[in-house]
Amino acid sequence: MAESATPIVEIKSVSKVFQLQDQTIHALSDAHLSINKGEFVCLIGASGCGKSTLLRIIAGFEQPSTGEALMWGRPIAGPDPTRGMVFQDYALFPWLNVRANIGFGPAARGLGGAEVKAIVDKFIDLVGLGKFANAYPHQLSGGMKQRVAIARVLANDAEVVLMDEPFGALDAMTRERLQDELLEIWQRTKLTVVFVTHSVEEAIFLANRVVVMTPGPGRIESDNALDLPRPRDVASPEFNAIRRVLAAKLHSHHGKKSA
Amino acid sequence: MAIVETGPVPAAAEEAAAPKSARSTWSRRKPTILALIVPLLLLAFWQVATMLQWTRLIPTPYAVAECMVDFAVGGIFDDAYSATLVSHLLASMSRVYGGFALAALFALPIGLMIGRMPWARMLLDPFLQVMRPIPVTAWLPLSMILFGLGAKSAFALVCLGAFYPILLNTVFGVRAVDPKLFEAASMLGCSGNAQFYKVVLPAAVPSIFTGLRLGLGLAWFVIVVGEMTGVPQGLGAVIMDGRTLSRTELVICGMIVIGLAGYLSDRVVVATGNRLLRWSPNHHG
Repeated sequence: MAESATPIVEIKSVSKVFQLQDQTIHALSDAHLSINKGEFVCLIGASGCGKSTLLRIIAGFEQPSTGEALMWGRPIAGPDPTRGMVFQDYALFPWLNVRANIGFGPAARGLGGAEVKAIVDKFIDLVGLGKFANAYPHQLSGGMKQRVAIARVLANDAEVVLMDEPFGALDAMTRERLQDELLEIWQRTKLTVVFVTHSVEEAIFLANRVVVMTPGPGRIESDNALDLPRPRDVASPEFNAIRRVLAAKLHSHHGKKSA
Repeated sequence: MAIVETGPVPAAAEEAAAPKSARSTWSRRKPTILALIVPLLLLAFWQVATMLQWTRLIPTPYAVAECMVDFAVGGIFDDAYSATLVSHLLASMSRVYGGFALAALFALPIGLMIGRMPWARMLLDPFLQVMRPIPVTAWLPLSMILFGLGAKSAFALVCLGAFYPILLNTVFGVRAVDPKLFEAASMLGCSGNAQFYKVVLPAAVPSIFTGLRLGLGLAWFVIVVGEMTGVPQGLGAVIMDGRTLSRTELVICGMIVIGLAGYLSDRVVVATGNRLLRWSPNHHG
């Protein structure tokens, strides 16, 4: 692919400083990251490591204090339909039913009714919510809400799907099922996914790259390529070996803190 | 793929054919029966109090009922108030709904502005907060000077009474929109002014609706004050006349009609709200 020459998302020495009254918080310091089209990248770290900040910078919700965030080599100026966000608490529009939530993006782009309907039908099917097309968000379970949130982003032709601990609030069974479904969608659609989580296991199960981040100040500790064959078996020795290595990296900052 | 969760089925099959047993009859009538207990006890107490002549100034329930029939259809006393209920009710309703509509006309845009524009909030909010505690009764003399004796004054006072609940709830609704929804909208390609129509307004509708409901309730609440301005027609006018003429049964009739009319008008609003706000989990009044 010619596209693979330019990374789809590139983070160049980005740092982010928040001013909270008289406190200065270094949420992210000197981060470098380059993501190629089609990759599934997990950002992992304890709270305060800047993983959500990095994701929000890629989304365009935050601007870097220093450095640049680029998409296809061009600076990210603000939120954009090409980078869709899936929030942990869903952020569905409660006044719209499943159908209208998924159709929100296409309708906002000014597509006609028939086109929007075709797109919505396709993505309702993709996430298996056909029976709930006319239900309102408050009538859905957490797993179903998150499916709507994913479909809403895909329906808008997002090239990069940014996911901020999307399955964090779900029960274990639903989480596993949604992880499988997400992988299937990713493999089928050749999307690029940037996925924030604090679960090492989730990261190893999903990603082909795991970026470990550590707090105080938030920074990228290491960038680990994973080439475990799929479907991955969370109980296999290989899986556990990787888990041990990543867990050690994840906790590497503990020693430094006490020093 | 396409695995469907067996979660809660959206509100169907809820009131599916209940068995017609004695138990279900009771559970169906329970709200009505419970609701009637307090009024009936009050009525009984009233009857006893007048029978034992604890007071000579309050008419018996029978006298009030007689007066109500005469007020509604005439044929008993044949005086100035016989069979005039409908015309007084219509006069009051026109002021209540007119004043309410006028209040909504001002309060909604001002509320949206205060909620969305910091400069509008700084400009108007302190002033309105100072004006708000002043009761409608206190405005009565000034209103009569400004708008004269009669219907215009009544309109103005009702409007004033309904204004603040609509305004405050609109401001609250607009300001309480979940910030995540703005982010969601902007990453879906809806930004700038479009967000006002696609996010702010729909998100604020439940609050605005609560404001309208409270406003309409208050419009009925202040109608008597509004009709103290010397209007010839209206339930408030009837109550004021009844007081002047020492016809307490007429006063009580006026009170009952206001209560019932306000109640029915509120039920209509609530029913409308339940239809329009099906999406809102905490909006089934």
